Amino acid sequence: MKILVIAEHDNQKLAPATAHALGAAKALGAAADVLVAGHGCRAVAEQAAKLEGVARVLLADSPALADLTAEALAAQALKIAKEYTHILVPATAFGKNVAPRIAALLDVAQISDIVKVIDADTFVRPIYAGNALATVRSSDPIKVITVRGTAFDAVADGGNAPIETIEAIAEPGPTKVVGREVTKSARPELTNARVIVSGGRGLGSAEKFHELLEPLADKLGAAIGASRAAVDAGYAPNDYQVGQTGKIVAPELYVAIGISGAIQHLAGMKDSKVIVAINKDPEAPIFQVADYGLVADLFQAVPELTQKL
Amino acid sequence: MKILVPVKRVVDYNVKIRVKPDGSGVDTANVKMSMNPFDEIAVEEAIRLKEAGVASEVIVVSCGVAQCQETLRAAMAMGADRGILVQTDVELQPLAVAKLLKAVVEKEQPGLVIAGKQAIDDDANQTGQMLAALLGWPQATFASKVVIADGKAVVTREVDGGLETLELPLPAVITTDLRLNEPRFATLPNIMKAKKKPIDTLTPEALGVDVTPRLVTLKVEEPPKRKAGVMVGSVDELVEKLRNEAKVI
Ligand SMILES: Cc1cc2nc3c(=O)[nH]c(=O)nc-3n(C[C@H](O)[C@H](O)[C@H](O)COP(=O)(O)OP(=O)(O)OC[C@H]3O[C@@H](n4cnc5c(N)ncnc54)[C@H](O)[C@@H]3O)c2cc1C
Ligand SMILES: Cc1cc2nc3c(=O)[nH]c(=O)nc-3n(C[C@H](O)[C@H](O)[C@H](O)COP(=O)(O)OP(=O)(O)OC[C@H]3O[C@@H](n4cnc5c(N)ncnc54)[C@H](O)[C@@H]3O)c2cc1C
Repeated sequence: MKILVIAEHDNQKLAPATAHALGAAKALGAAADVLVAGHGCRAVAEQAAKLEGVARVLLADSPALADLTAEALAAQALKIAKEYTHILVPATAFGKNVAPRIAALLDVAQISDIVKVIDADTFVRPIYAGNALATVRSSDPIKVITVRGTAFDAVADGGNAPIETIEAIAEPGPTKVVGREVTKSARPELTNARVIVSGGRGLGSAEKFHELLEPLADKLGAAIGASRAAVDAGYAPNDYQVGQTGKIVAPELYVAIGISGAIQHLAGMKDSKVIVAINKDPEAPIFQVADYGLVADLFQAVPELTQKL
Repeated sequence: MKILVPVKRVVDYNVKIRVKPDGSGVDTANVKMSMNPFDEIAVEEAIRLKEAGVASEVIVVSCGVAQCQETLRAAMAMGADRGILVQTDVELQPLAVAKLLKAVVEKEQPGLVIAGKQAIDDDANQTGQMLAALLGWPQATFASKVVIADGKAVVTREVDGGLETLELPLPAVITTDLRLNEPRFATLPNIMKAKKKPIDTLTPEALGVDVTPRLVTLKVEEPPKRKAGVMVGSVDELVEKLRNEAKVI
């Protein structure tokens, strides 16, 4: 078994999802090489080298990789992919974009969003918005896998792996990044937060969404999430969306406020340790997954909760 | 320019699926099937590009059982011009679908493929990227805005930290995210018209594609159920429980 983990980063910082992908490598039972492909990204390689369970960090640094496009990253990965039996990538927007491209170029299946390792060929993955769990076995010589971060603990710091520079691609490929709009927030990142306060259409407006949820999130040191309906209505930016087609989260505490609990939303949060729901409709499906349900008008209950914490 | 849109027949998103008691899969007999919601968005985007004079023809393709024809008809009722069914009873995995679509692309020579970002049954989120790789085409996944001009696509993508805008030369593959557009409803006259639109039926063999699954499903189970929770009567009680029982605050 030889494992390669593809690091997610922005040329400056290693994304925490990478440490969770290394957690899946650990479950497979071997140390992994980590590919850091980008431009001016030695600092990222240094961060990766400090993680536990890393055999080597392979640094590919080239202007052709600066934009971190799927085309360039896949071309870079292909240079070394055949040396490995398992290629692990976080199941994030980054990983989902690039992994299938690598798999197709290797003519192998991709195993999406695994939540459990059974053995070197066999994995468990959710299907139908997490309403079923499929155990699948791959017959391909190389397994290209995306890893659901909430299902594998991040490996700790404490490693000291060597960093080796490898030959980087020279051609950037046809796609150019012409704009980036990064949501700025001083709050913890959604997929890593210990507590999440999440708002739905019940908040009624962008003003109320922020006016009610920000102080509560401040008190709890929480990240803020949203339902699709809340994002569609413009209460919150797209990367706040929790659910089947948004982010998958599993915090210690998830507080759902004015969210009905559609299956697509539950798919993203039902593995949270403790779920609190505040909704004025006693029949709302969110109460079926909530550990603590409060039937109340959120415009009264939320300020009261904030004040009493 | 032709636009090709792959459309998948899936269990309707409102259906609460059931795992078969023998663990062999999900019960799809007698449940409502619909077009994958992301594919409706893809069809809508393609039709809008045709209405704007950017595209000349919208071709929809579905791979799978004979009933996928219904999905093709639904797309044509929205406004797609014609359909292609790649018919097979084999369980199709994304790599196989991507290879079939590649063969269709080589036949039809579209300037753009717009696919859904993921199918809501298998949630794989692979096919568009795989197709782009096999064709050697650029890709823009999770699109929330698409502008086509001067042989280029400028695509805004929903990514984890916010938004990213890519510029890519055509031909290319784009996959749709939820906020790209709101698909229209098919009107009755258009549903009638769609019945007369042509559907070509092909097979994997005729396209020379091996669709043998690479992944074997050993079993399908229900996820563990959450323990039933309690209803609290007041904010005070909620705070007390979170502090002393759940110990999370
Ligand atoms: C293909 C597809 C993918 C999807 N993916 C996602 C996804 O990733 N994430 C996601 O969240 N959704 C997703 N959805 C949408 C999902 O089906 C629901 O439409 C959405 O989750 C509803 O959001 P909501 O609960 O905020 O709104 P609603 O369902 O409208 O619920 C609002 C709730 O607020 C309550 N409320 C209203 N006023 C008050 C008040 N004053 N006090 C207390 N409670 C109040 C109401 O009782 C109601 O329960 C997807 C849908 C499709 C088709
Ligand atoms: C346990 C299990 C059993 C299954 N059994 C069967 C079975 O018996 N028979 C069967 O047919 N399938 C079966 N499937 C479904 C099959 O595995 C999926 O269709 C396949 O894995 C594709 O994944 P996806 O659609 O999630 O791909 P994604 O990559 O998520 O799809 C993305 C996009 O690709 C396009 N696309 C995908 N598939 C098609 C298609 N077929 N035609 C046109 N466009 C497409 C669409 O634009 C779609 O939005 C089964 C799945 C599971 C998990």
